[in-house]
Amino acid sequence: MNDLSRRRFLKISTAAAGAVAASGAVLKAAQRATRKPSAGIQNIPTYCDICFWKCGAIAYLKDGELWKIEGNPDDPLSRGRLCPRGTGGIGAHTDPDRLRAPLMKKSVRGAEEWVEVTWDEALNFIAKKMREIKAKHGPESMALFSHGIGGNFLKHTFKAFGSPNIAAPSFAQCRGPRDVGFRLTFGEDVSSPERTDIKNAQCLVLIGSHLGENMHNTQVQEFAEAIEKGASVIVVDPRFSIAASKAKYYLPIKPGTDNALLLAWMNVLVTEGRYDKEFVQKHGFGFPQFAAEISSFTPEWAYPETGIDPELIRASAREMAKHRPATLVHPGRHVTWYGDDAQRSRAIALLNALFGNWGRKGGFYFPVSMDVPGYPYPAYPKPTREKVDNPGHRYPFAHETITTGIREATISEKPYPIKGWFVYATNLFHALPNEAETIQAIQNLDLLVVIDVIPSEIAGWADVVLPESVYLERHDDLNVEWFREPFVALRQPVIEAPHDQKPNWWMARELAIKLGLGAYYPWKHIEEYFEHRLNAAGLSYAELKKNGIIRGAKQPIYFDEGVPIQFPTPSGKVEFFSLQLQQAGFDPVPKYRRPAAGPPGSFRLLYGRAPVHSFSRTHTNRILMDMMDTNEVWPNADVAMRMGLKSGDRVRLRNQDGILSNSIRVKATERIRTDCVYMVHGFGHTAKGMRFAFGKGASDAQLITRYEIDPLMGGTAMNVNFVTIEPETAHG
Amino acid sequence: MARYAMVIDTRRCVGCMDCVVACKTENQVPEGFNRDWIAYDARGTFPEIQLEIRSERCNHCDNPPCVDCCPCGASHVHERGGVVLVHHDKCSGCKACIAACPYDARFINPEGYADKCTFCIHRVEQGLKPACVSVCPTHCMYFGDLEDPNSEVNRLLQSRKNHALLPEAGTRPHVFYLT
Repeated sequence: MNDLSRRRFLKISTAAAGAVAASGAVLKAAQRATRKPSAGIQNIPTYCDICFWKCGAIAYLKDGELWKIEGNPDDPLSRGRLCPRGTGGIGAHTDPDRLRAPLMKKSVRGAEEWVEVTWDEALNFIAKKMREIKAKHGPESMALFSHGIGGNFLKHTFKAFGSPNIAAPSFAQCRGPRDVGFRLTFGEDVSSPERTDIKNAQCLVLIGSHLGENMHNTQVQEFAEAIEKGASVIVVDPRFSIAASKAKYYLPIKPGTDNALLLAWMNVLVTEGRYDKEFVQKHGFGFPQFAAEISSFTPEWAYPETGIDPELIRASAREMAKHRPATLVHPGRHVTWYGDDAQRSRAIALLNALFGNWGRKGGFYFPVSMDVPGYPYPAYPKPTREKVDNPGHRYPFAHETITTGIREATISEKPYPIKGWFVYATNLFHALPNEAETIQAIQNLDLLVVIDVIPSEIAGWADVVLPESVYLERHDDLNVEWFREPFVALRQPVIEAPHDQKPNWWMARELAIKLGLGAYYPWKHIEEYFEHRLNAAGLSYAELKKNGIIRGAKQPIYFDEGVPIQFPTPSGKVEFFSLQLQQAGFDPVPKYRRPAAGPPGSFRLLYGRAPVHSFSRTHTNRILMDMMDTNEVWPNADVAMRMGLKSGDRVRLRNQDGILSNSIRVKATERIRTDCVYMVHGFGHTAKGMRFAFGKGASDAQLITRYEIDPLMGGTAMNVNFVTIEPETAHG
Repeated sequence: MARYAMVIDTRRCVGCMDCVVACKTENQVPEGFNRDWIAYDARGTFPEIQLEIRSERCNHCDNPPCVDCCPCGASHVHERGGVVLVHHDKCSGCKACIAACPYDARFINPEGYADKCTFCIHRVEQGLKPACVSVCPTHCMYFGDLEDPNSEVNRLLQSRKNHALLPEAGTRPHVFYLT
């Protein structure tokens, strides 16, 4: 380690002593600083956790200190190259703002005033409260919000405790509508990592999907590969995204009108006979009704809705047809936009079906996985009550738990009260719409526990905060991935946690023991759990530790490689017309619904991703903050000029309900329509402990007070908010 | 004699900044500073936009004004590959080179010396690619020897349209962008 970094390390340690750190935590840091490090370069394989993609990585230590992280060349996800967040992962370890010791609230919820406690005190308190809640309301009255593979052991403890109320925002606030739309059509999810064969696509259509800014590693790598091979890219987006700059056709669509475009595209393909007739005839169900339904939705009909020139609609449809079946209309990922999202996703599924690309090269492949049996735990107790989130199955096609349904039940106490929340690695204040409702729900709780690595907004509202070691300091569950080829990957510690942080598996196990559920943890250390599972699969833990990954033999992933042609829908076919939707009272073929306009003079608020950040979780990572430490609001350049604004000016945004944002800088740009503004999600932190990120930029989540619920599956559409722009001078 | 150059394919680049992060960790570039950066060059009016995304850094010029103006002999051309480097111990931090560089590629390291991209010469001399090139998830960056007629960089520059930055400055830069 060079002198400079040594000095920085000492500076960080000093800052820690002045902050909330316990004397014990500082002592441990001091011990680390004086411990004799092992000399030279070491490298240890693991897999990344800066997002949920779980790329295989190799961490390098120089003289015992973390130096850099690179992709593991053996890993099919990273293919030897991480994304910028993964490369910047060491900033998670050195983050001076991270949580250090268990905390209990000193005064009222949300005051962010803490008493440091020992792990035993914290876990005893939590176990006592959970027993009280169970005695009074039943075990189902505890709910778990979890994100990522790190939540696996907590889920296990919750199931052993007897609660079925386990949810992740990745369903109702993200990819849920997409998976429902594809299930209704092909009988299967798109899954994660997406089963999109981007690298072999000859025509790639992105609808609001901003690959390259949305940095899901393998997809972006394959995107670049497809571009290199000359694939035609078609981008539909109100904003001229990075992906749009690679496009042959860019369709600057009016926000919220995608279904009109999708119907018009399908109309062109069907009326001009450019679809895959053989595929449709062999595998389609209800095609004639579908064709009749869409017959009036011409490009001329779609023009006033979408603002897209009918000739551009035709030309782009013909371009797609030219390359089928290697034409891939990407299903997107964060697709909770306008409230008819599952139907839009179904329209996207149907458009893909017209190209006959399911199970074909350049379309959707069939993911495969390694056969690694689960650990043989005792059976879980059967909950006596159904999940609380979707009473009476009012959202009949929700196949996962709805976070906001749990929140609603926590407020209404119907169908039964929810009295305790565990929140693992998801900052609900940035993930869920309408933070007032989140606060209202929290006020109804007898217990709120947050497990995180950083003092996020949701941590600020907790009764107990449990500091987790970052991924570089801990083991997590095996990643037995469903992907192009089977493999299993290991996350293992490459360096010690700097303070009193613990891995989630340890917390989940200790808590289970304190709850009298020790029988569910027959293993003492997670490595025993790994060995058991890997032995059962005939694999070597020693090999996995050494290489970080074990790959299985390639298996067929396309129909022509031998994947059986099956569509697990009610008809056993691709459902162009959906009887199950019709029977549930929904449109059997997707229809267009004109989006509600905002107040005069307002702009629709759109948000998206930056390649160097994950959600609101990376804003204490100083390496990544050196790449981008704030967001900007993007109005169209003409709009900005008319308002007397130029790039760099500070403004606040006020939404339709009067909510005023943090101060944010303007990026006046030609790269967006005049009826909307854009910002990168996740900034504008208000948590005091996030000292470096505090007050930098504005939070889109704070402005998302309105949401529309998808009637098919309960997803919360968030692109339904409108803002006006107020110069900062108006606020002194 | 080798002459190193970097060739960057703007068609593949998505501007993700992995090159910037990798440089930072590889070279332990201090907080608040970066040796490379992303430029977004947007032209036109909505929706007819052309956007060129470029990963930029020191151009390791053949005619480097930063070397010519250095009063201490700190800025120099390395014996191998024409790489422009700074002797940290000789540098007085006078900033003449910062003023002279038309690419704004230099900064004063908190240690007091002028700092910038080294083409990762410490890696290149071990047979590795520069950190930015080796991590790029879009594989948009190439590094090699222009003196070698069979090198990938030569092949790309001969087969693809390309440009360098500010050729009018007369610096003869050695980072090229494929368009």
